[in-house]
Order: sequence, then C-alpha cells, then structure tokens
Amino acid sequence: MDLMNILYAVLVLGILGGIFGALLAFASKIFYVEQDERIDKIIAVLPGANCGGCGYAGCSNCASEIVAGNAKITACPVGGAACHEQIAQIMGVEAGSSEKMVAHVNCCGGEQAVKKYQYDGLKTCDAANKVAGTPMACPSACLGYGSCVAACKFDAIHVIDGKAVVDMDKCVACGACAAACPKHLIEMVPAKQKVFISCSNTQKGADTRNACQIGCIGCTLCAKKCPKEAITITNFLAKIDYSKCVNCGLCATVCPRKLIVNLRAPKVEAPVTEEVKA
Amino acid sequence: MDFTKLLEITLGAILINNFIFSQFLGICPFMGVSKKMDTAAGMGMAVIFVMGLASAICYVINELVLMPLNLGYLQTLAYILVIAALVQFVEMFLKKAMPSLYSALGIYLPLITTNCAVLGVVLLNTQNHYNFIESLVYGVTGGIGFLIAIVLFASIREKLRFAAYPKAFEGFPIALVTAGLLALAFMGFSGMKIW
Repeated sequence: MDLMNILYAVLVLGILGGIFGALLAFASKIFYVEQDERIDKIIAVLPGANCGGCGYAGCSNCASEIVAGNAKITACPVGGAACHEQIAQIMGVEAGSSEKMVAHVNCCGGEQAVKKYQYDGLKTCDAANKVAGTPMACPSACLGYGSCVAACKFDAIHVIDGKAVVDMDKCVACGACAAACPKHLIEMVPAKQKVFISCSNTQKGADTRNACQIGCIGCTLCAKKCPKEAITITNFLAKIDYSKCVNCGLCATVCPRKLIVNLRAPKVEAPVTEEVKA
Repeated sequence: MDFTKLLEITLGAILINNFIFSQFLGICPFMGVSKKMDTAAGMGMAVIFVMGLASAICYVINELVLMPLNLGYLQTLAYILVIAALVQFVEMFLKKAMPSLYSALGIYLPLITTNCAVLGVVLLNTQNHYNFIESLVYGVTGGIGFLIAIVLFASIREKLRFAAYPKAFEGFPIALVTAGLLALAFMGFSGMKIW
C-alpha cells in the first residue's frame, strides 16, 4: 500500500496545484491591468545592470519614471547615445545632445605624493581619510585604497602605482566612484577629452612642492600658452574648461611639473606621459 | 456555538499571543513596511485578508482532502501551496483595484507568500484542533493583531524622525530597539486568563 500512499500524495498536491493554477490564470485575465507598453520596451533597451547610476531603484524603475515624464530620456548615464536614441524613438521625441562622459581622477600623485606618516589601519579610503586628515601630505591626494574600485560595477577603475586610474573604454559614467571617493577627486569629463590637468591641490606653490613631486603649483605657464584661453588658475590650481579645450596639447609641453597629460599624441617623452596618465 | 471560546481565541490572537510581539512571526514585513502609516495599514489589511482566507481554505483542504486520505504529513506543503496562490491572487487584485497601495507595498506583498505568520496561523489551527469557525476567527484576529502591531510600530517610527538619538542608531537599529520595547509592553498581556 506504500505505492498508493505515494500516488495519493502526488495526485492530491498535483490536483491542488492544478486547480490553483487555473484559478490564477483566470484571475489574471479578470484583473488584467494595462501597463504602458513603452515601459517594457524601454526596459528592453536599457543596459539592465541595475547600477542605480540614474538615481532610481534599478532599470525598471528608471523606465517607468521616463515614461511618466519624471526622468529625462537621457536619464541612463550607462547606456550612452545609442541607448538614449532608442529610448527617444520609443517615446517619440528627440534625444537631444547627450555627450558620452567618462570618470576622471583629478590626482596624478600616487607614489610621487609625499606621505605624512605610515598608515597601518583599515585599508579603505574612508578609514584612512579620517586619521589626522589623511596619511598624505597633500590634502587632496588620492589615497590609493580603492574605495572607488570597490564601488565600480564595471571593472573600469583600478589603483595603479598608488592612485586610482579610470579605464576610459570600460567607464560608463555612472558616478558610483565619484560618490565613493572621500576626497571628491573624481569628476565626469567628456569622453573626447584627451588633455588633463590631474591635480586638485589648492595649496600655495611651495606647500604643493613639499607635498607632491608632481602637483600643480599654479605657475600659469599653461594658461598663457593655451590658444583657446581654456585654462584658468584659481587657488594656485590650473583647470581646463572642457567646453573650450581643443586637445591641442600645447599646455602639456610647457608644464614645468610635467603633470599635464596628453593622451592623444604622446610625441615628447612618450614613456613618461604614459606613466603619468591618470 | 461557544462564544466564550471564540472570544478567548480573539483576545489571545490580538493581545496575549500577538503574532509579532509574542510569537515573533512575520517580522520581515513588520520591519520592512512600517515606515509609513498608510502602507503599514495597507499591509495589515492584506495580511488580515490572506490569513483569514488561508485559514478557511486550509481547514477545508485539511479536513476534506488530507485527513480522509491519511496525508496529514502533507499539511505544510499543501498550506504553502494555498498561501502562495492566495497571495498571488491578492497581488493581482490590488494591482487592479488599488495601484497606489500595490506600488507602496512593493516587494513585501510577494513576501507574504513566505510570511511565517500566515503559515503559522494555519498550522496552529490544525495543531489546536480548531473547527472551521474557530479557524476563521483565529486567522482574521491573528491578522488584526498583526495590523495593530504594525500600525502602532509605524506610528512610532514616523515620530522617530524627530527624535534625537545617536547617528549610529539611524534606520534599522533604532527601529529594532523600538520593536523590542513594544514587545516588552505586550509582555504585560502574557499569562492573562480570560475565564
């Protein structure tokens, strides 16, 4: 009779499941809710990484917000222009200009930055940042413990020679690393940008020299050389206006500290420029 | 009908053996959906509905199907099946009838499926040999107990925003402390005899 018991058990549960399944199928017809079909279409177009770079809870949330009009067509920073165009088609509007951005770390110190003391605590940037105002002599130096690396879901940022370096091919500009950096060193720059002044030190020249072998001292040579007047010096720190810069790289040739990186054409001192890229 | 017994079951389920504060069942939605009064109340109503209906259906299935076939050992499985189907049904219904409540409950609505309080109610019904009416009453009042607990808790949590407590306690820690204190208060009911 054991066999019968097994048969009964299987039958009973099977029939119960069948009945409930049929009831639910029936109910789903009755309680069918018409959902905007654009939501499903947009979800299919979105990258589906659920990274939260748009500020919403996942891609499906972002899609429904786009359809509801609360989010822009270009809300997804990850998908890029192609994705935005498809969304725009689905929504029946123009995508407008959405320049591809990438993250950039505004520090090129790394091993050339001077350490104030030997830090042996927790190996996270947050922890190191809280001990006596960072282990680095420069108040705005990359700490190199890789909080940004941990935050990146796309394997696009790595600590190389003691400083964080963005892999521009992989970066999708979701902004997670920028939010994770306790030093706020990471900013989003246009992907076409090739020339960078990767320093955030606003100390006076002499102090900067003591803190870092490569930090910007605000000598203004680059600003004078720039044909487009794209470089301004504020608080002893040179800054490129990316909307004016044409990536000519003249500034990189005059910088006495050799901290301006020209990724486009490493004509002079090619190996050095490679190293300093950040 | 024995109204004394029904009253005993009612008071027991709501106050003395409150599912959340005394039996510690259904803590997940209790912590998760208690940030706002409206959603907490909605969740409570959904739980009442699911618990009551699950009690009734499970009683019928247990008495008419499982017991005659000597399949008592399948109770837990069959009950889970019933609850899962019911919750699915409630979800569809809410999506149609009350979309705002549906989106407010979010992930916690499907979580009623695996809510130990609902399964607990139906298993306790069987364990205590309640008849149909008693099962139904125990299910509904157990849900009411849940509703009271979660609404009380949500009302306190809303006020917590204005309270001064250490930053380390922000969010769930302070909520857990609050829940513990509430459970302590409900301990005052424990051991109460009605008749």
